[in-house]
Amino acid sequence: MVVARSHAVTRENVDADTLRTLYRHMLRSRVLDERMWVLNRQGRAPFWISGIGHEAIQVAVGMNMEPGRDWLAPYYRDLALTLVLGMTPRDHILSVLAKADDPNSGGRQMPAHYGSRAHNIISTGSPVTTQLLHAAGIALAMKMRGEDSVCVTSIGEGSTSGGDFHEALNFAATHKLAVVFVVENNGYAISVPVEKQMATPNVADRALAYGIPGVSVDGNDVIACYRTARDAVQRARSGLGPTLLEAKLHRLTSHSSDDDQRRYRSADDLAAERAHDCLPHFRSMLEDLGILAPGDAERLRLELVAEVDEATAFAEQAADPLAESALLHVYAEDD
Amino acid sequence: MPTKSYLEAIREGMRDEMRRDERVMILGEDVGAKGGVFGTTEGLQAEFGEWRVMDSPLAESCIVGVCIGAALYGMRPIAEIQFQDFILPAVDQIVSEAAKMRYRSNNDWGVPMVLRAPFGGGVHGALYHSQSLEAMFCGVPGLKVVVPSTPYDAKGLLISAMRDPDPVLYFEHKRAYRSIKGEVPDEEYTVPLGSAAVMREGRDIAIFSFGMVVHMALEAAERIAADGFECEVVDLRSLRPLDRAAIVSSARKCGKVMVAQEANLAVSIASEVAAIVAEECFEYLDAPVMRIGGPEIPAMPFAHALEDFYLVTPDKLEAALRTLAAY
Repeated sequence: MVVARSHAVTRENVDADTLRTLYRHMLRSRVLDERMWVLNRQGRAPFWISGIGHEAIQVAVGMNMEPGRDWLAPYYRDLALTLVLGMTPRDHILSVLAKADDPNSGGRQMPAHYGSRAHNIISTGSPVTTQLLHAAGIALAMKMRGEDSVCVTSIGEGSTSGGDFHEALNFAATHKLAVVFVVENNGYAISVPVEKQMATPNVADRALAYGIPGVSVDGNDVIACYRTARDAVQRARSGLGPTLLEAKLHRLTSHSSDDDQRRYRSADDLAAERAHDCLPHFRSMLEDLGILAPGDAERLRLELVAEVDEATAFAEQAADPLAESALLHVYAEDD
Repeated sequence: MPTKSYLEAIREGMRDEMRRDERVMILGEDVGAKGGVFGTTEGLQAEFGEWRVMDSPLAESCIVGVCIGAALYGMRPIAEIQFQDFILPAVDQIVSEAAKMRYRSNNDWGVPMVLRAPFGGGVHGALYHSQSLEAMFCGVPGLKVVVPSTPYDAKGLLISAMRDPDPVLYFEHKRAYRSIKGEVPDEEYTVPLGSAAVMREGRDIAIFSFGMVVHMALEAAERIAADGFECEVVDLRSLRPLDRAAIVSSARKCGKVMVAQEANLAVSIASEVAAIVAEECFEYLDAPVMRIGGPEIPAMPFAHALEDFYLVTPDKLEAALRTLAAY
């Protein structure tokens, strides 16, 4: 069965508390992400790769997952998603400063290479798209054990050109596995615009070829994202199989701290994308609806900045890895 | 003790472990109703069902990537690559993912997975059904690589591999499947990973090899024994890690060393064994280390004469051993 792509998402049935929580998660990730850039530009962190502009879909997906039960095979822009699932600003600042207690990798990997067994977030490396097959394998194991857990996996649209994308969707669809494939389509694979990557206007259209639903959603509209994610997770949990969920959004930063997108994009384009930032748009809506009172958003921002200040101070005091520890954990018996 | 073929020993190892441990599953091309193109998994789907013995799409990256995911979730998957020649699309999953998972996560995650693949020539498999690609993986920290040469080791090493917490590549010589038979206990036992085996004791020349070439070396050793030269034949069995102590011990004892393999020699297992001998046995050597292997051509050709030209044979080994003995 093929379900058509749909933009027809209403704002009904999302209550005020959920809306406030969505906003808090989005803002928390944004505040932390901005701190990472500051640490990088101050020369304290060698590298950062950002999720600014991607928060709405990530928070929407994360809020529909059950921590402790569902699993995530993420990619490097998923800061907000890891926070929703329980990772903390401390965890990630330890990582950006490459500290021994970084739960992602103990300072071994570049920042934003997420992973935490305690949160069912599998470790991810730098090659892109490989994790989609891991998600299919996780969901296969879930199904073999008769569990109704869900595995979410995410990638950028650039990675959908690789072979593992096809192999993972084909396998998960064939066996009706509980995977939600989230494509965070920001329109650029580093510097290459989407029209030079693929001939289809929507990644979600490819779902037709796998016999699964494909949904394309406005990734700057968090409520649309929330409802779409809820449907996809419920579909997976009820045993109906995977969904290809594409969120169209904007990468509001350069690809990474080593990139400068002004070299390949016009100032007008960049300004236009800024105007679609999911966060102020959502804040205005919540204030218009009276869900955020005047001053609420600013109070919340200060609270989150204080949390990130504390996390920064904590991480800066933390120990670096011992040089000789480089030899540990090649195999299990090295412990 | 009952006599079984190399192939039967592999199948029995999988079957027994699947009976013992319900986390063990097999994913590969044609492993189900057909029982594999060589018959290695024959009867297993009937006993364990379509989920635990699952036919995969023709997509090697998918086979390995899905098995990695299942292993992360707590399964003990066996990924079967139908011919080792077709492993290349899965190298990213093997080298970038499985091999690095424990290290990159600072021991938070591990990949307890076995990857089985038939390798080697002598069956008219031509370029893409005959290769010996083991060297490609033996330089990768995070992987373990084993190659059994006997039915006893085939079962014992496979059970060890399935119980290991890290990814193990288990390469089985396809020509051994039905041609090599030996004693294999019905009950379960393990052969430890990382240990070589002395197949024949001797004092004059140490021959290190693995896979089918072990059997060629044993035959060649018998032939020159008639002339009073006693070879020590060592089956390396574990190619990563190599059993350094066993290599050093036999090399020092004999003073002359041959390393024989089916693959071409450049940057190979033979190179690594020769380097170990050079580093640790220099003062004990009575002759330069001799390496025997395939020629530096892309792969084994199809025609009978071309295939014979490529392969290591008892005749070729015997001639080389006589040269080394006379040095």
